[in-house]
Amino acid sequence: MSDMTREETEALIQEVLEVYPENAKKDRAKHLTVNDQEVEQSKKCITSNRKSLPGVMTIRGCAYAGSKGVVWGPIKDMIHISHGPVGCGQYSRAGRRNYYVGTTGINTFGTMNFTSDFQEKDIVFGGDKKLSKIMTEIEQLFPLNKGITVQSECPIGLIGDDIEAVSKKTSAEIEKPVVPVRCEGFRGVSQSLGHHIANDAVRDWVLHNRDGDNSFEATDYDVTIIGDYNIGGDAWSSRTLLEEMGLRVIAQWSGDGTLAEMENTPKAKLNLLHCYRSMNYISRHMEEKYGIPWMEYNFFGPTKIEEALRKIAAFFDETIQANAEKVIAKYKVEYEAVIAKYRPRLEGKRVMLYVGGLRPRHIIGAYEDLGMEVVGTGYEFAHNDDYDRTIKEMGNATLIYDDVTGYEFEEFVKKVKPDLIGSGIKEKYIFQKMGIPFRQMHSWDYSGPYHGYDGFAIFARDMDMTLNNPCWNKIQAPWLKGEEEAEAAAAGA
Amino acid sequence: MPNVMIRVKDNGALLFYIAKKDQEDEIAKVEKDSDTEWGGEVELTDGTRYYIDPISPPPSFPTTLRFKRAE
Ligand code: SF4
Repeated sequence: MSDMTREETEALIQEVLEVYPENAKKDRAKHLTVNDQEVEQSKKCITSNRKSLPGVMTIRGCAYAGSKGVVWGPIKDMIHISHGPVGCGQYSRAGRRNYYVGTTGINTFGTMNFTSDFQEKDIVFGGDKKLSKIMTEIEQLFPLNKGITVQSECPIGLIGDDIEAVSKKTSAEIEKPVVPVRCEGFRGVSQSLGHHIANDAVRDWVLHNRDGDNSFEATDYDVTIIGDYNIGGDAWSSRTLLEEMGLRVIAQWSGDGTLAEMENTPKAKLNLLHCYRSMNYISRHMEEKYGIPWMEYNFFGPTKIEEALRKIAAFFDETIQANAEKVIAKYKVEYEAVIAKYRPRLEGKRVMLYVGGLRPRHIIGAYEDLGMEVVGTGYEFAHNDDYDRTIKEMGNATLIYDDVTGYEFEEFVKKVKPDLIGSGIKEKYIFQKMGIPFRQMHSWDYSGPYHGYDGFAIFARDMDMTLNNPCWNKIQAPWLKGEEEAEAAAAGA
Repeated sequence: MPNVMIRVKDNGALLFYIAKKDQEDEIAKVEKDSDTEWGGEVELTDGTRYYIDPISPPPSFPTTLRFKRAE
């Protein structure tokens, strides 16, 4: 339970909305709500996936970021061309920390930036020739690439280049898949449409490549990890658990993933979906076309991991189910020690989150395992179906905010006074300067992994390290401190 | 006339998913649901109603179908 009542939380929302002009207030009011676990359908209480209004500070990204940065970028043995001006790719380069194995620049290309670096003449005369030339050059310089994707930036759609034609032509020349992706930044309201477009590109250009080819020896225990981007090694710490259960992970989408893994995914028996938001589209497609069931799972914190492992095992025979129990029992000693160590230091602390695709709801369980409570959560780019899944995870009368603006987030924090905030780099320094412990929950603040039992130990340590850092009582200037104490004393008297 | 993907949920109910709108709703009742045909008027748990000409034999799920909004 949150220590704010429903009325208090509602009043807080009203108070924060007060400063907006009439129209903006009406619009923003729809994106803020007080959680009520009774509600079945989130659309009754919160509006999501709408265009952010000019004039508010949104924290969202663009469709290009959703495709290049999230879905396609981590496929390590393909080269992803940021097609258009240099900035979109360069300023986001390697920022997501998708770990991979391989020799960068030789057989893997994850942290490199390939761009067509559009100049004025390319905008005026079109960039198709340049694109074709670049791809030929790439093939000469990096012959071990397994394929190329063309990630469109805004200008490509505006000047009407035919990247599909160039891709087809080049694909025939170099005899490798070349995938044009129409993920221009202006499409959609956030990075979310970019995920969808990227999923559709996988469906149309990659997934069926090996349909008639049975050279891959499938087993009855083949599963895939979908929607895990291997941030700080997340997919690896998940994969080990599945393998210990006796399952075989035949593909990772897309953290540390390869083109061949994507092409072989239709041979799996079960698709395990971690980030529902960014990859549910392709999972649904595979269910319809290949009859592969998919299942959402959550590998944050022992309680949720245990649930997930049992649910996964239920798809298979008794051996796997028995193995799942063995895995749970094996790690029990480890995670109990972690909880015994950190829970006393973290018990009762209150957290506010504002992140992306799945974490605003998935991590809640991990905090609860440490005795902490999430009192506010929200997504940058979620849709109704994400909020449907969130309502049950959050306590009653807690705050939920969609596409929160910079101003709202700050005001909420000032009033709710959480002990810890988890959000992104853009929010980090604002809140740290306000004297509130902060963790980046996109990049794990350069730590991780946080998935799986191994990840939980790191997660617990990181939270403790941040929250109980002695620096937080040293934030206020000594002369101001005196004043406040005097005021507090006066107020108390 | 939205394209709707219908799949069987874990609890056995049918899930009505409109990709364009990212709307997921359970189907509350189907007008014609027998061994020989499936379709007609479909009502979702939130009360909205859609229509599809009955299909026979009944389709196997998951599948994508085109529905009309029922008046
Ligand atoms: S909105 Fe357009 S210009 Fe901006 S980063 Fe995205 S693709 Fe690049």
